[in-house]
Amino acid sequence: MASVDMSNQARILAQFKSEDGHLVGVPFDLPEEMSVRQLNQTCNGLLGEDDDQIYTFYIEGEEVRETLSKTLNSLQTRDSENILEILYIPQTTFRVQAVTRCSASMGGHTEAVITVAFSPDGTRLASGSGDSTVRFWDIQTQTPEFTCKGHNHWILVISWSPDGRKIASACKRGQISLWDPSTGEAIKQKLSAHSQWITWICWEPQHMNGDCRYFVSASKDSTIRIWDSINFSCARVLSGHTAGVTCVKWGGEGLIYSSSQDRTVKVWRAEDGTICRTLTGHAHWVNTLALNTDYLIRLGSYDPGAPRHDMGALPANELQKVALDNYVRGKGSRGEVLVSGSDDFTLFLWSPTDSKKSLARMIGHQQLINDVKFSPNMRLIASASFDKSIKLWDGLSGVFIGTLRGHVGPVYQVSWSADSRLLCSGSSDSTLKLWNIKTKKLWVDLPGHADEVFAVDWSPDGERVASGGRDKIIKIWRK
Amino acid sequence: MPQNEHIELFRKRHGRRFDYFEKKRKREARLPKIRSQYAKKLTGLKAKIYNRQRYKEKIQMQKSIRLHQKKGSGTKNDTGTIPEGAVPPYLLDREKQNRSKVLTNMVKQKRKEKAGKWTVPIPKVRSIGEEEALKVLKTGKRKKKSWKRMVTKVCWVNDNFTRKPPKFERFIRPMALRFKMAHVTHPELKTTFHLSIIGVKKNPNSGLFTQLGVITKGTVIEVNVSELGLVTQGGKVVWGKYAQVTNCPENDGCINAVLLV
Repeated sequence: MASVDMSNQARILAQFKSEDGHLVGVPFDLPEEMSVRQLNQTCNGLLGEDDDQIYTFYIEGEEVRETLSKTLNSLQTRDSENILEILYIPQTTFRVQAVTRCSASMGGHTEAVITVAFSPDGTRLASGSGDSTVRFWDIQTQTPEFTCKGHNHWILVISWSPDGRKIASACKRGQISLWDPSTGEAIKQKLSAHSQWITWICWEPQHMNGDCRYFVSASKDSTIRIWDSINFSCARVLSGHTAGVTCVKWGGEGLIYSSSQDRTVKVWRAEDGTICRTLTGHAHWVNTLALNTDYLIRLGSYDPGAPRHDMGALPANELQKVALDNYVRGKGSRGEVLVSGSDDFTLFLWSPTDSKKSLARMIGHQQLINDVKFSPNMRLIASASFDKSIKLWDGLSGVFIGTLRGHVGPVYQVSWSADSRLLCSGSSDSTLKLWNIKTKKLWVDLPGHADEVFAVDWSPDGERVASGGRDKIIKIWRK
Repeated sequence: MPQNEHIELFRKRHGRRFDYFEKKRKREARLPKIRSQYAKKLTGLKAKIYNRQRYKEKIQMQKSIRLHQKKGSGTKNDTGTIPEGAVPPYLLDREKQNRSKVLTNMVKQKRKEKAGKWTVPIPKVRSIGEEEALKVLKTGKRKKKSWKRMVTKVCWVNDNFTRKPPKFERFIRPMALRFKMAHVTHPELKTTFHLSIIGVKKNPNSGLFTQLGVITKGTVIEVNVSELGLVTQGGKVVWGKYAQVTNCPENDGCINAVLLV
């Protein structure tokens, strides 16, 4: 503050406001030439925080990039009578560095790589392929670790349990296997009940069950099944959809959300399997779902900001406590928000815990939407579409923010970095592209794959990106 | 005319004749023989139509028999080989896109271009002389002059080409022999695409023909492959590619070519 020249400058009456509408301090005079850094210091002083907390500031939805006056000039409605409300949003203190090079190309799969997934703590990597094997990779030495055979059709889905001690894989024949990532042995092979292929597997969040006992699978045969991974049985069948189920998510509030080709999104209560509400509005297949708490649920008891310590030593109920703590802290006062992407080229924003009305409909894509992801800080939504573009939307209101253009083929998957400042996308044009969210521009182009990229995953700790595609090779990208 | 469904009513009340089903079975059993005799007897157009119909029926029957046989051995399928072309679940319900992605090494192709060495499907072609491809036109008031030529082979002419005044036009490329599209076969995919021609890269017969855009057998043409969605390793769309003509367009009335991969 001291560095600002107080004399003969335009001044403005301003008031800091937090994201959940909480006002900070009293309104006070600010010089208009104040820069973001100075705003940061002021805000930190007001909140009594340490100086290293970084904020971004918004005035009427417009981000303050350089100085207050520049933002005010760009806004049409300038009102010097009223108090100016400045929204402040804390940023992550750690920063993920952009991946810029391919550090390893790991061959081994004899068919297209369909899915890759990092473990919740980012130390292990698993992949599923069309050659019916699940493979584990050692990411420190970047070499193959285990090959798990057992399925006899394409592996379509793999999913890590939140404690990282189990992994569930599902094949096109509708069978599910459970593997132990530390040994590569099967815990249980070929649980079969689905009559058609499985489209999605999601585990119960760790803050609800420290044992990571249950997981839910969605299938093309229009049923959803809840499985018990300890006595290897189907605990419950959720039937109600009239066409193939495309995606299922186990929310943090004890609800299961499922999207289907019958144009609906259904909300189920997890403990007794009753249907809570049906969210209608889409005009075509609903392809994908994303929760604003997805990243928190994925992390479970792991915290990428904290120094690494051995979580494996803790008992399950301790882990659950840590996970619950992380979840509550990360979520704040926000409710659970669901976004669904569809073949009708639109996205819907829902607040599924309390209402069946949509919060917003997001229109703008010119082709079907294949993937949608909430940013880890829950403020942004990225949607990948077959119209070769990625669009960014506001995570609270669903307002359109910007388009990321650059791919020359359909965009299949997107993945956020842990600090929500970067986005990685994989496309049918055989490249990955890294986008800077602040400037909404292409940051780095990552060519290298010889064919379509089917799967992209950014490790939860932000260290590396893994990708796999039709060229049968898994690539790891690092900074 | 019957005023009511009295026959059905009678059948409901009294049933059918006792020998009805027996007779029906026998009639049906005799039917193939009767039909085959009928087929033999027929002549002319009727025979053609009838035999065509019987041929179709037989195919249908064969197909359904094979289907039934497959159904019986359903358990075999379970342990069978895994089909190729694995795709993620989000693409499973989508229409199968034309898998015409070719992975080419652009650098290699460029190097080849520089060296001028072509390994083409048709290495040697019959040479076409100027007398054959260019017809002499007699001009002048007394038809004494013979400096004008008319191309008698298929040509590709640029879109923005305008003819010169007759006095300066040495070569006439007739409209009827101008082509814009070619049927281009992809040698690996074994599929053929209808693509527009961008230019004539080289006519092996002479540089003059290349300049004129004469397309004969063995000519290398450049075609627009942007619809095929070929992508370089860097992620850029390839839009022009070379193809070699494999037929004699002037005889066939169409250009068939094979893509040089």
